[in-house]
Amino acid sequence: MSDFIITAKDVTKVYVMGEEEVHALRGISMNVKRGEYVSIMGPSGSGKSTFFNMIGGLDTPTAGEVTMEGYKLSELNNRQLAWVRCHKIGFIFQGFNLIPAMTALENVAISRIFAGVAPDQARRDAAAVLEKVGLGHRLDHLPSEVSGGQQQRIAIARALVNRPAIILADEPTGNLDLKTGQEIINLLNEMKRELDITIISATHDMKMLSASDTVAWIKDGAIERLASKGEFEIEVGSIDGQTVV
Amino acid sequence: MANHNIEEQVGIPWGIAFTVSWSGLKRRFMRSLITMAGVILAIAFLAYMLISDKIVVALVAAKDDELNDLLQKSNVDIFASSGTDSMMLLLIGLSLLTCLVGIINSMLMAVTERVKEIGTLKCLGALDSFIVKTYFIESSLQGVIGTITGIILGLAVAVGIALINYGTYTFSYLPLNGIVISMLIALVIGSGISVFAAIGPAYLAARKQPVEAMRVEE
Repeated sequence: MSDFIITAKDVTKVYVMGEEEVHALRGISMNVKRGEYVSIMGPSGSGKSTFFNMIGGLDTPTAGEVTMEGYKLSELNNRQLAWVRCHKIGFIFQGFNLIPAMTALENVAISRIFAGVAPDQARRDAAAVLEKVGLGHRLDHLPSEVSGGQQQRIAIARALVNRPAIILADEPTGNLDLKTGQEIINLLNEMKRELDITIISATHDMKMLSASDTVAWIKDGAIERLASKGEFEIEVGSIDGQTVV
Repeated sequence: MANHNIEEQVGIPWGIAFTVSWSGLKRRFMRSLITMAGVILAIAFLAYMLISDKIVVALVAAKDDELNDLLQKSNVDIFASSGTDSMMLLLIGLSLLTCLVGIINSMLMAVTERVKEIGTLKCLGALDSFIVKTYFIESSLQGVIGTITGIILGLAVAVGIALINYGTYTFSYLPLNGIVISMLIALVIGSGISVFAAIGPAYLAARKQPVEAMRVEE
């Protein structure tokens, strides 16, 4: 049991829209091992995003339970959830979500400040992580002054600066071209190995499959197929041949 | 099972929130300037009315014949105790009300524009109190800077018009104490309105949920 950093048990979500009930999730169960790279695949409207948000404690299930390191997320109060998001989870977004009025350094440092670190130390820590993701020379640039790939690198630095146990990446390559997307995947993988973090990523980018240990296909609010490395590699090969030059 | 506990997130002190708001304000300078323009104009009007009233009262009190001619030429009733009538008070009140609504409106827009930003900050571990603090400081700062600028503008216009109408008499009988008191009144009213206007939008901002960060703009 303690091998699993995240467990989802019969997670159900029902939205009531007027008279109609919309079943976004129909009982998803899934276990994620520490240090695993899990990709959640599925078309939009499949419930993929809803499930993803539940893992991050951004949404609460109608029934079922998500636990992180043995703690039930539904039993945490707002301050505890904020603490979990700050110390345990690093979020990466499709649209990078950097604060436009903050420099690269400030964008990363704010995450550290939320963790209770003094501003000077926060800036030093932020600079060190930015250096690590290859942006040591862009510290004082605003997000609008760097490329999309560099913005996502800043976002990765921001997600890593508090040494989280889990990275939650929502379509991290969705706004990037093929080559830059591949570079971001490589960087994530490198960081995962070096820092021993668990990565859970919602995606429909086929490139991300080859980096994953486990892939869950979600369709109509349920897991349609769950495959671990080896089981889907042949399939990936053929997809690679078609889409990746 | 787990070898450590989940703690409660600690709030960010006002000082750090101030630094964050201040640097944001500087980088969004043009945007802030538009918000401030409303405050500047309303407070300039208020300061102008208060100060020119003080100047005229001082000039009337001088009881100089030549000066009284000048005063009557500019339609001042030299037998009244003050030039500010109820119509003027109404105008001042209306302009301050417009200023209040203006600040609230532009801060609400700022909150709507930055919903995703607020959600992201909450994903990074920001508490509601941090969001309240930063938006409150941002709005109050705009108001206070606008108020000070407005007071200086109002003073300049009041003295300028007095100089045109009464020439060097203005400086001979300049009521320094009265002017300082008028400026302080304008400062208190302007800052009070700005701080009051900041409360609502700040709380609205804090109510936004972290999941807003996931929103994809089509």
